[in-house]
Amino acid sequence: MTPSLADLRPGQTGEIVSIDCDRPIARRLMEMGLLPGTEVRVIRLAPLGDPLELRVRGYALSVRRAEAARIAIRARGM
Amino acid sequence: MDVRVPQVLIAGNPNSGKSTLFNALSGGSARVGNYPGVTVDRTSAHLHLDSGPVELVDVPGTYSLTASSPEEQLAVNALLERNTRAVVCVVDATTLKRGLYLALQLIESGVPVIVAMNMMDAAERMGLHIDTEVLSSLLGAPVVPVVATKRRGLDALRRQVERTLRPDARSKPPDIGYPEALRADIARLLPAIEKWRPHATANEARAFALWCMLSLGDDDLVGVPEAVREIAADLRNQAASEGRNPHLEIIAARYDWVDDVVRRTCSERAPQMPFSEKVDRVLTHPVAGILIFALVMFGIFEALFAGAEPFMDAIESLTTSLQDLAVAALPAGVLRDLIVEGIIAGVGNVLVFAPQILLLFLFIGFLEDSGYLARVAFVIDRVMKGVGLHGKAFVPLLSGFACAVPAVMATRTIERRRDRLVTMLALPLMSCSARLPVYILIVGTVFAGMSVGWFSAGAVALFSMYVLSVLVTLGAAAVLRRTVLRGPTPTFLLEMPPYRWPSATILWLNAWRRLRIFLVDAGTIILAMTIVLWAVLSFPKSEEVTERYEAERARIQQMDLSAAAEEEALRSLESAEAGAQLEQSLGGRFGHAIEPALRPIGFDWQIGVGIIGAFAAREVFVSTLGVVFGIGEADEENKPLRQALRDARHADGTPVMTPLSGVSLMVFFLLACQCMSTIAVVRKESGSWKWPLFLFSYMTVLAYLASLLVYQGGRLLGLG
Ligand SMILES: Nc1nc2c(ncn2[C@@H]2O[C@H](COP(=O)(O)OP(=O)(O)OP(=O)(O)O)[C@@H](O)[C@H]2O)c(=O)[nH]1
Repeated sequence: MTPSLADLRPGQTGEIVSIDCDRPIARRLMEMGLLPGTEVRVIRLAPLGDPLELRVRGYALSVRRAEAARIAIRARGM
Repeated sequence: MDVRVPQVLIAGNPNSGKSTLFNALSGGSARVGNYPGVTVDRTSAHLHLDSGPVELVDVPGTYSLTASSPEEQLAVNALLERNTRAVVCVVDATTLKRGLYLALQLIESGVPVIVAMNMMDAAERMGLHIDTEVLSSLLGAPVVPVVATKRRGLDALRRQVERTLRPDARSKPPDIGYPEALRADIARLLPAIEKWRPHATANEARAFALWCMLSLGDDDLVGVPEAVREIAADLRNQAASEGRNPHLEIIAARYDWVDDVVRRTCSERAPQMPFSEKVDRVLTHPVAGILIFALVMFGIFEALFAGAEPFMDAIESLTTSLQDLAVAALPAGVLRDLIVEGIIAGVGNVLVFAPQILLLFLFIGFLEDSGYLARVAFVIDRVMKGVGLHGKAFVPLLSGFACAVPAVMATRTIERRRDRLVTMLALPLMSCSARLPVYILIVGTVFAGMSVGWFSAGAVALFSMYVLSVLVTLGAAAVLRRTVLRGPTPTFLLEMPPYRWPSATILWLNAWRRLRIFLVDAGTIILAMTIVLWAVLSFPKSEEVTERYEAERARIQQMDLSAAAEEEALRSLESAEAGAQLEQSLGGRFGHAIEPALRPIGFDWQIGVGIIGAFAAREVFVSTLGVVFGIGEADEENKPLRQALRDARHADGTPVMTPLSGVSLMVFFLLACQCMSTIAVVRKESGSWKWPLFLFSYMTVLAYLASLLVYQGGRLLGLG
């Protein structure tokens, strides 16, 4: 099974392989700069475990675990 | 020929410093209006350039021109307006790629674009160097470095706008390497696009075709011709069958191009935000973060509750002195009553919200511009998600404990309309401070001296109201989300901007603008409703009552009383007369008329009249009851009023106010939308009368059913 963004622990980095969210959400994610091939690092989890804070293309973005779980990645630096 | 002044738009990502730049350019002379059809502020200002006046329009912050709702469509529509002559695209130099993604779309659309490269100071601190000349030639649009907060580069920007406004200026869109299959799709869309927008240039039509391919499907956009939709749908199906994803093709091609441009113009030392990173380690820490969160929220709460109070008291006492002045200056009669109890009271009813609105918006402005609001949402989203709310709904909900009016206005920080409506329609169930006097009157009347275990019964009842209000608010949000406002799953995609110190001027300007909009728009509705309510509770006047009390007055004056005793007797006579007149008024008769409906929940007609009066504001319930019982002016601690309530009897001789009917009444006030100001502000913020009417109906039905359950259930259990 391919790992997803939700499987990364804070500090770990991955490269996006595909985005499998509903079309409008996938489009928004892509327009915010999350595309196949983009490198994403998980910075931290919210105190209650959800959402996640990511670093992508030089800025910080937070997404819920539900969305992150549908973004397939290739893990790096694990 | 378009005779309107040429329009220059200011567009940019959220947090790019757009508002700061707009205010710096316009010098605070902005006017706030509304975009037609949607409830989004349209901030604009007149700017005098050497070439003549232009209108500067602040377009809502956005990451892309792609739209799926009428709100998101605003940016594109503004772009398409005939008198739009140029766009200043504000790009935050520290998030260059994302900013250029938007700039690129604007440039592709063919409108003349000037890129204002903002936050150059922050970029320099990060060791980021941007070659603006090369960037400008690659983009095909001028790039002007600025620092909006320090007003650096503004003259150069202004000169560049003037140059761009010359008739021959046109952007030269760069060539993005869109894949072959996508180019074929565009070619198939073009004929329909050209029919839709016959004046479009080739570039514009192409950009528009791209926009359609990204935006159409799962949208509720208005004004897109069926022919265009059909072809777009065809293309989507065809692409899907070939295993292509046109969205990905478009967006990836653009970002590839942006990446390439950035590589060639930007000496990028690994971008990082060491300062924000350090702050966040504390502010989003599992323990410290939640503690600080709680403290900040408590601060807001305290400010709204206690901080605003002296100002509100001052406004109220000013209103009262004005009323006294008017009473003294004007001859008695209907006109005087209208001025005193309708107009002056109405203006007072509007102004009394000003302190809380100003304070809340100063707070929210600070949280938003400093970057902490995004962290508030981040920390609490997990909890809000459970009931289908956005993390950003937390601050408005919390403010609802103080007052629903500023709280409804605070829902503006929530971007998506559906999320915003759910929050707006649920938060009036939070137990606001105007309910407190009502609770206190009831508790003091029916629970005096009783206790439950170690606690006084009153304290338990009060506490239960607050717990109940939170539960019902969250429950209502969950239900609304699944019924009336059902829709696509709300997402949480939130940029966490770096921490910045907000500018005090901008905070004031924004809070003041919000207040002014409230005073003008919601204020007129509140004033009108106050006058109507005054009329309902004053007319018709009964001749019979007037005559009877005249006779009584004459009788007292005949009697041989001391001056003090006579004054005392006259005063209580006057209070009794006011009560008798109120009973004869439309409102009083209405109270009688609905008594059969009120009996099952334990109330009588007098309480009914109080409820009608309380529509002006919940705490007015207390003073209305004072009049109904012929006591005159009364507050919630008033002993005679409490006694009168205890002595009130139904026709069958049983007491009206028992602990059970008291609880029923408290529940009713907790749940019913007894507040015309809330209605007015929801009307203003939702953009139509539909939502406030819905709000009023659902809350009233809910309140009635809950009170019925309490009262009848309690009687079945033998409690009353
Ligand atoms: N260091 C620095 N900070 C800036 C500059 N311009 C704006 N800021 C700050 O950035 C923050 C966001 O600025 P705004 O003007 O509110 O940004 P905006 O794009 O209007 O944001 P939205 O209102 O969310 O659309 C504020 O705290 C500003 O003080 C700049 O040139 N340099």
